[in-house]
Amino acid sequence: MPKMTMVQALNLALRQEMARDESVIVLGEDVGVDGGVFRVTDGLIETFGERRVVDTPLAESAIAGMSIGMAVYGLKPVCEMQFDGFSYYTMHQIEAHASRLRLRSQGRHHVPMVLRAPYGGGVRALEHHSESREAFWAHIPGLKMVIPSSPRNARALLVSAIRDPDPVIFYEPKAVYRAFREEVPEEEETLPIGRSQRVREGRDLTLIAYGAMMRPTLEAAEELKRQHGVEAEVIDLLTISPLDDSLLVESARKTGRVAVVHEAPRSFGPGAEVVARLVEKAFYHLEAPVARVTGYDVVIPLFSREKYYLPGVARIVDAARSLLSAQ
Amino acid sequence: MPKTRIALPDSIDHLSILDEHGKIDTDLEPTIENSLLLRLHRTMLLARRFDERLLSLQRQGRIGTFPPIAGQEAAHLGAVAPLRASDWVVPAFREMAADLWRGRSLESIVIYNNGFNEGGRIPAERNDMPISVPVGSQILHAVGIAWGMKYRATDDVAMTFFGDGATSQGDFHEGLNFAGVFQLPVVLVCQNNQWAISIPRSKQTRSQTLAQKAFAYGIPGIQVDGNDILAVYVAAREAVERARSGGGATLIECVTYRMAVHTTADDPKRYRPDAEVEEWRRKDPLTRFQGYLAAKGLLTVDNVKAEEEAIAAEIQTAVARAEEEMKALGDPLLMFEHAYAEMPEYLSEQRADFIRFMHATQKEGDHA
Ligand SMILES: Cc1ncc(C[n+]2csc(CCOP(=O)(O)OP(=O)(O)O)c2C)c(N)n1
Ligand SMILES: [Mg+2]
Repeated sequence: MPKMTMVQALNLALRQEMARDESVIVLGEDVGVDGGVFRVTDGLIETFGERRVVDTPLAESAIAGMSIGMAVYGLKPVCEMQFDGFSYYTMHQIEAHASRLRLRSQGRHHVPMVLRAPYGGGVRALEHHSESREAFWAHIPGLKMVIPSSPRNARALLVSAIRDPDPVIFYEPKAVYRAFREEVPEEEETLPIGRSQRVREGRDLTLIAYGAMMRPTLEAAEELKRQHGVEAEVIDLLTISPLDDSLLVESARKTGRVAVVHEAPRSFGPGAEVVARLVEKAFYHLEAPVARVTGYDVVIPLFSREKYYLPGVARIVDAARSLLSAQ
Repeated sequence: MPKTRIALPDSIDHLSILDEHGKIDTDLEPTIENSLLLRLHRTMLLARRFDERLLSLQRQGRIGTFPPIAGQEAAHLGAVAPLRASDWVVPAFREMAADLWRGRSLESIVIYNNGFNEGGRIPAERNDMPISVPVGSQILHAVGIAWGMKYRATDDVAMTFFGDGATSQGDFHEGLNFAGVFQLPVVLVCQNNQWAISIPRSKQTRSQTLAQKAFAYGIPGIQVDGNDILAVYVAAREAVERARSGGGATLIECVTYRMAVHTTADDPKRYRPDAEVEEWRRKDPLTRFQGYLAAKGLLTVDNVKAEEEAIAAEIQTAVARAEEEMKALGDPLLMFEHAYAEMPEYLSEQRADFIRFMHATQKEGDHA
């Protein structure tokens, strides 16, 4: 199996889906000739031409609105937002229409579009290029919100997102784009949307994370074992909404101690929903209050201070140890 | 009469005073005090050299990604020159020469580009807004500020900047429309540098000019040679006077060129030929203006040399001072500042927990 970065793996997913289904089209700012500012769409215009790989004028709301129209008409638009920070221009279209057309047309129309956006910090970027606002989308009924964490699951989830009959917001952790390589099979691979994964077994506590936070979380689990002899179970959400809580509940019932990790601000973040589900479904098994290791409730600082904002291994270990010492 | 014709403007002014060959149109040549001309030249030269310095700092890893301005100095410096201090400038992100003219320090630019929010601080005596990254969004703020000016019956003016790419955003059209409907004292200055990252101007809109979009909103629009600081100045002065005297908004399209990368993360070789860049190099706004000043006897080779030396020293001092200042910005607790007028209880708790965590990990010799 070839080893790929997440950028290459996403490119593979787009390439194969475009080859397989001529209704898939890619549109966005600089996705054609430039191959996307992160090169996720690199080379697609050479293979599939300007008809299917479209450099649009600079207008996010239009890109989303047009994608809704195309999707309703039977195409499968995969549109790119250059950065998470500019995806909010589309929110009106997505909230008012993409997420509701199935309901509003009573099943006659549906919107099989994908809106891709790189999200999150850690790449020394400019202002508005490092946010983690997945909760905005996850709060919208009718929408799916997916965040992969590695090259292989990114590829498989993007294929699933493109084939999904409903609109999917697909946030790509830009800190992971080129951070490491992983074996990705050439042959088709999908992953179910709406399913989380257990990526490490453990009995002492449960760490729940997703996206770019998976790496520090897994490292923290490793350190907990090495330094403190603690066996942490680690769960990768993969889909933020609709949230699959079966694994979370099962694991919480087993370990009784849970921390949820994300780089998004703490209040009203995805972690809050995880805590709520555990309170609803595993309350009597909890040995300690569920901990949240998250970004602070401030705008992510410019890059010289972002390392203090972003949860790192030490903060996760710190939270895990206080969970373990709780009586 | 079921079908009649409605007369609309079918042409638009293009203003060029000092052309790319250094030829001056003496009928259009403005009378500008020599001292002002020389100040403009100094700022333009400073901006050019500082831009080059930022590029090398970026390549050395001493600052982060930033958008160079090379080639566009005249197109924004000439526009802000007719403003007074009480007016408001609402920038995009590629108008550094205008920022300097309005009093922004070199230090603050280094600090901002090195990833410290403190670099965006606006001193109390300046009205201007901080740079705005989300393309086109700031246009609406300028129109809103102008609305405030009209409401308060001042004779101040708001001036906003944006690129050719920004004219595709709804915010641009909505801003122009409101400015027209409410007759607001705002000057909208488009820096048409021919590219929006990899998208050429021709793919941004089918309109022949960007300036003509003003007509649809009932406000005057003019296209100027943006590499001709005299033309930009004259067009801006007229627009500012119109706005000040209650005549409402104007759209100015400055035709210029982005000589360098979009940002330091960009590789223009992927989408535009070097020959195009070379062609524009001949239209350089700085050398053109220097030729004009020399012909007027205001600038000699020796003058320029002395200015270059003074500017090099100024930049060196500023960079050193910025790097010194940044040492004092290492305190991570600064990230909790300026979130609200008053820090909410839950945020104080997060801040306290952050302090506890930092102490705990420092004790263990660990890092965050
Ligand atoms: C709303 C929004 N979308 C996308 C971007 C990413 N981006 C930054 S600059 C740019 C091109 C802007 O082109 P233009 O308006 O012509 O200004 P220029 O960069 O040429 O000065 C893009 C797409 C952004 N900053 N804001
Ligand atoms: Mg441009």
